[in-house]
Amino acid sequence: MSSEVIRAVDGVDLEVAKGEFAALLGPSGSGKSTLLHMLAGMDHPTGGSLRVEGQTLNELGPDGLARYRRDTVGMVFQAFNLIPSLRVFENVELPLRLAEQDRDERRTRVEAALKRVGLAKRVRHRPGELSGGEQQRVALARSLVNEPKLLLADEPTGNLDSRTGEEIMRMIEEFNREMGMTVVLVTHERAVAERFAKRMIFMADGKILDGPAAEGGAG
Amino acid sequence: MKIADLAELAAGNLRNSKLRNVLTAGGIGVGIASLVAMLSLGVGLQDLAGERISRSGLFDTIRVSQWRDIEQMEREGGMRPPDGETPPVLDAAARRKMLEIPYVLEAEPEIRFTGEISQDERSQITSIGGLPLSARNDEAFDTLEGEFFSGATAAEAIIRLEFTREWLIEDPSSMIGQTIVLRYPERRPLALDPLDAAFADEEFGEEEEELSYGFTVVRRELPLKVIGLVENEVYAGMRSVSRARIYLPLELVEDLNIIGQNDLRGAVSQNGDGKIYDTLMTRVANPSRVSEVQDQIRAMGYRTFSILNASESLQKFFVILDLILGIFGSMALAVASMGIVNTLVMAVLERRREIGIMKALGASDGDIKKLFFAEAGTLGLLGGLMGVGMGVGMSWVINFATAYYLNQRQMDPEAVSAVPGWLMGAGIGFAILVSLAAGIYPASRAAKLDPVQAIRYE
Repeated sequence: MSSEVIRAVDGVDLEVAKGEFAALLGPSGSGKSTLLHMLAGMDHPTGGSLRVEGQTLNELGPDGLARYRRDTVGMVFQAFNLIPSLRVFENVELPLRLAEQDRDERRTRVEAALKRVGLAKRVRHRPGELSGGEQQRVALARSLVNEPKLLLADEPTGNLDSRTGEEIMRMIEEFNREMGMTVVLVTHERAVAERFAKRMIFMADGKILDGPAAEGGAG
Repeated sequence: MKIADLAELAAGNLRNSKLRNVLTAGGIGVGIASLVAMLSLGVGLQDLAGERISRSGLFDTIRVSQWRDIEQMEREGGMRPPDGETPPVLDAAARRKMLEIPYVLEAEPEIRFTGEISQDERSQITSIGGLPLSARNDEAFDTLEGEFFSGATAAEAIIRLEFTREWLIEDPSSMIGQTIVLRYPERRPLALDPLDAAFADEEFGEEEEELSYGFTVVRRELPLKVIGLVENEVYAGMRSVSRARIYLPLELVEDLNIIGQNDLRGAVSQNGDGKIYDTLMTRVANPSRVSEVQDQIRAMGYRTFSILNASESLQKFFVILDLILGIFGSMALAVASMGIVNTLVMAVLERRREIGIMKALGASDGDIKKLFFAEAGTLGLLGGLMGVGMGVGMSWVINFATAYYLNQRQMDPEAVSAVPGWLMGAGIGFAILVSLAAGIYPASRAAKLDPVQAIRYE
C-alpha cells in the first residue's frame, strides 16, 4: 500500500429512494465499485455519513456491519463468488446459516429461491459443474434468500455472454418490480443500464457528474 | 452461526483436502501417541511398584514392640506414657486398644518359634511361623501349590520348598495331603501351690489372688495336615516370620500358647501371667495414614517402626519420572502442533476468497474465527483418537517386548506399561487443546481478512 492518500470516492452526495433501480456508470477507476462496497458495509468512508434503511453505517462496529450485510443487503458479483466446495443448495443456504435460521425454514426458503431463478433441479451440483449463467443464477438465489431490502450488483453480466447477461438482468429487474427490492447496479455497459435501470448515475474520478447532460437519454 | 452448522461446515472443509488433513491429524496423533506411550510407561511402572509395595506389606505396616526399659525409651526418643515409670507391656489389652485406632485393619502378633517337625522316622528342628489369613494376598502365594489355610485355627501347614529339599523329597507335590507332627514348647501357667497360698495369705492379706508363680514349659505335639507348598518367603522376606520354613495359621499358633522371648521377662514382672507379645504387626488401611497411626501408638508408650519415608521418596521419584517421560512426549506434540499451525495458515491462504465471500454474505469476524477453531478442534479430536489408538498399541508392544525379554531370562512377564482410562481421555483432551491453541493465529488471521481485497476479481 502506498502512503499517498487516494480518494477513490470524494464528496459524493447521493440519495437512492426505496424501491428504486439505480445504475452507477463510469469508466474503471471512477470509484463506482468503492461506492458500492461502502453501501455493502465492506468499506469504510473516511468522512461523511452513509445511511441505509435508517442505519448509519459509519456508526456500526464490525459485528454491526456483518449483521447489516447479512440482513439488509444482498450482493451479486461479476465473478459469481460461489464457494466451490459447497453444493448449490448449501451455497444458497449460507446466508441463512449465518443468520442462525432453523433447518426446516432454511430448506423452504432455499428451495423457493432456487425455484425463482429456475434452478430447482440442480440443487445437488457443485458450482464447477454449472455454466456461467447458471452460477450467476445461484448467486442471485443466494442474494435474495435472506429477503434483503437492498440488492447490490457489481457488474453481474461482466462474465456472461449477452444473451445470458440479459436473462440475469431480467431477473434482477423482476426482483425490483415484484419484491420491491431497491437495486444499485454497477456497470460500465451503458446499454445494459439504459435498458433496465430507472435512474443512471455517472461517476468519474470519484465524483458524481450531475446535470441532465450527464444523464443523457435515460428512460 | 450455530454449533451444528459450524461443525458441518468445518467437517466439509476438512473433507476437501483429505490427504493433507489426515496427515496433519496423523502428526498430532504421533505426538499424542508418544506422550501416551511415555506416560503409560510411567503409570505402568508406578502400578507395578505400587502393587509390589502394597503386597509386600512394607508400607502399610507398623511394627510395634515394647521398650526394654525407660533408659532405652529415653535414648531413642520414645514417648513416656502419661502414668508410670516403666514402659507399658504389649499385652492383649494394648492390642485391643490399637485395634480401636482409626484406619487400623489388624494388629497381629508376629510369632516365629523353633519346633520339631517329624514324619515317620524323619524329624527336623526348624523354624515355624504363624500367618494371618490376610497373608493370602501376599505375592509369595501367587505361586502356591495346593491350598491356603481353610480357617484361622485349622491344623494345617504350608511348607516352603526349601524344607522339602532339606528332607531330600524328590517329588514335593507328594507331601500335599500327608500328615506331619509338630512338637513345640507350650507355656503353661502354674497353679498356685496350696502351701504358698496359705503363706501369701498371712503376708499379703487379701492380695493373694493376684499372685502367681509364673509358668512352666511343657513339650506338646500336634498333628498337621500339609495343604500347600510355596517357594518364596512371605512378606518379601522383610519380616522375621518370613524366614520360617513351615507356615501355620496365626490364630492356631496363638492358641498353642508357645513360649516366646518376652515370657521370661513376664515371669519375673508383676504383670501376672497374661500373654505378652514380642511384636504386633499393625496394618493400616492406607499407606498415607501410617504416619498418624504410628504417632498414636507411640503416644501409648510403645516402640514403633515403619518404612514411611521410603514410600514418600518413591512417590517423588515417580513424579520426576513422569515429568521426564512427559517432556519427551511433549516434544513430539510440539512438532505436531506446528504442523497444525502450518496446515491452517495454508488453509487461510487457500481459502482467502471463500473467507471473503462469507464475510460479504454477513459472517462476522467471530463466525470466521469459530469456523477455523472448529476445524482445528476437529483435527485435534481426530489426531487425539489416532494418537490414543497408537499409544495403546505402543504400550502393548512395550509390554510384549518386555515379556519376551523377561521370558528369555526365565523370569515372569510383567506389565510395565499401562494405559488407564484417564490417560486416554487426557490424551484426546490434550490433543484438542493443543490444536485449538495452534489455531489461534490462523483463525485471527482469517478473521482479519478484508473482504473487499479477498474477493477482488482475479
